[in-house]
Amino acid sequence: MPRLGALVDKVRSKNAGPFWVTVDIFCKQDGSFERICESLSTQAVAALYQVKPEDTLRFDIPSLDVIKFSFPRPNFQGTRFDRDMHGAAIACLLEEFEIT
Amino acid sequence: MLVKVLIPSGALGLGFSEDALNLGLKKNPDIIAIDGGSTDSGPFYLGTGTSKYSKATTKKEWSVLMKARAEADVPLLIGTAGTCGADSAVDWLLDIAKEIAAETGQSLKICTIKCNQPAARVANALSSGDVSPLKPEVPISEELLASCTNIVALAGVEQINHALESGADIVIAGRTTDTAVIAAYPISKGCHVGAAWHGAKIGECGALCTTKPGSGVILIEFDETGFEITPMDPGAKATPRTVSAHMLYENSNPYQLYEPGGYLEVSQAKYSAVSDKTVRVEGSQWIETAPYTVKLEGATHAGYQTLSHVIIRDARYVENVDRWIDLVKADFLAKFTDFNPNTSSIEFRVMGKDAVLGHLENRNSSAPELGVMVIVTAPTQEQATEIARALNPALLHLALDADEALPTFAFPFSPAETERGPIYEFCLNHVMALNDPLEAFSFDTVEV
Repeated sequence: MPRLGALVDKVRSKNAGPFWVTVDIFCKQDGSFERICESLSTQAVAALYQVKPEDTLRFDIPSLDVIKFSFPRPNFQGTRFDRDMHGAAIACLLEEFEIT
Repeated sequence: MLVKVLIPSGALGLGFSEDALNLGLKKNPDIIAIDGGSTDSGPFYLGTGTSKYSKATTKKEWSVLMKARAEADVPLLIGTAGTCGADSAVDWLLDIAKEIAAETGQSLKICTIKCNQPAARVANALSSGDVSPLKPEVPISEELLASCTNIVALAGVEQINHALESGADIVIAGRTTDTAVIAAYPISKGCHVGAAWHGAKIGECGALCTTKPGSGVILIEFDETGFEITPMDPGAKATPRTVSAHMLYENSNPYQLYEPGGYLEVSQAKYSAVSDKTVRVEGSQWIETAPYTVKLEGATHAGYQTLSHVIIRDARYVENVDRWIDLVKADFLAKFTDFNPNTSSIEFRVMGKDAVLGHLENRNSSAPELGVMVIVTAPTQEQATEIARALNPALLHLALDADEALPTFAFPFSPAETERGPIYEFCLNHVMALNDPLEAFSFDTVEV
């Protein structure tokens, strides 16, 4: 099964304030957006990040060929056990995620 | 009504092209507006009320902007001064501005907006039901508020426009929303309110919404129905895609943005190319909400840290690093019987294995070496360093098996421990309702 990162232009993640992190998947502008939307379930993404599906916001944005996920940070930014001040490495897990 | 806002970059201290700034000045802007920070660099800056960027860098860039202001004869406005926007950071930038004015012979009227909130004010608001939690909800109490080293309320356009109405040449604001510094002036001049907030969100990071993010300078022209955004660097372009994609950035919801007094709604917005480098946007909506609320940010002291770093290169130890760490912990706990896990913690993060993702990591590494970062947190610096020192013999020499020859592991530094000083945590995710938008902020005008 291909890695998501091999099918899209870019996966990036960043803080959205100290309490949230957001992941943007920039699909290629070649018509693959819809198929990727269908293959990538919110449940699977929530499981990957070990967050509750009901706390995971999802936006499928056809005008930009972007799929966006936002969820509360398991460790709030900069707290003692936070490992990633800007939420930068969160994207890597989704980039490496294998989809059908 | 047409209002032109020149935005030099996403934050003072990040750098911008002076050539592009000069091209922007030729477009006759009505105001120069720049952001000075956010929470993005972590809680230390709000905790201490200090700037992330050096004084020298800040002074150099602020001096260029003060000169540009003098040439254009328009107001210069900065929000979230000194990274965190605490009162002390406003005073820091005000002192820099005074130094520059004295050195360059400028006579100026400078208005400051202070956003710090006394704990008692927020506690009173909390007890009268005027403080509401945002998601995710974090606990709040009078004791927590009293423990904050800084609490700030995020100012919006009302507070900034009050300062601009004083006729100031320069406005140095404490914590503002990233967008309010750009939206304020166009709104005061009667431009479309939704367009003002939307253009402000698109322009908050300077040229990040263009094809050349590092070039910094952009110009936004606001009018009665929309806004047009143009990068000033000759090699940069704004396209409907680069502009609309910026609504995604650092934003949990790409269609809505909550601000003091209401929210921006952009699901009906239309982005169209005016030329190969300018984009026009219409259809943005501003929805007022009541009561008027401002977001609160607070940082509280969370102990002291001392770090130790050791590098494991021996292949058997690389392979068995988890078991080795367990042995190090057990050895420490057997010897350091005073250790109190309720007030202190020892955390091992293994670089080359899972240091950044922790239990979420799902890749198996075959790195030739592993860096072990040991983070000790304790109520005082002395205690943290004592614990780190007590760990040192095991980190240096502890063997996986009792009957093997004494191993030695690689330490990059002497002393082996590095004191990190006090650490802070963001502790508020709340909004506070105000009867009058100005009531929680203070304004001061000085002539230099």
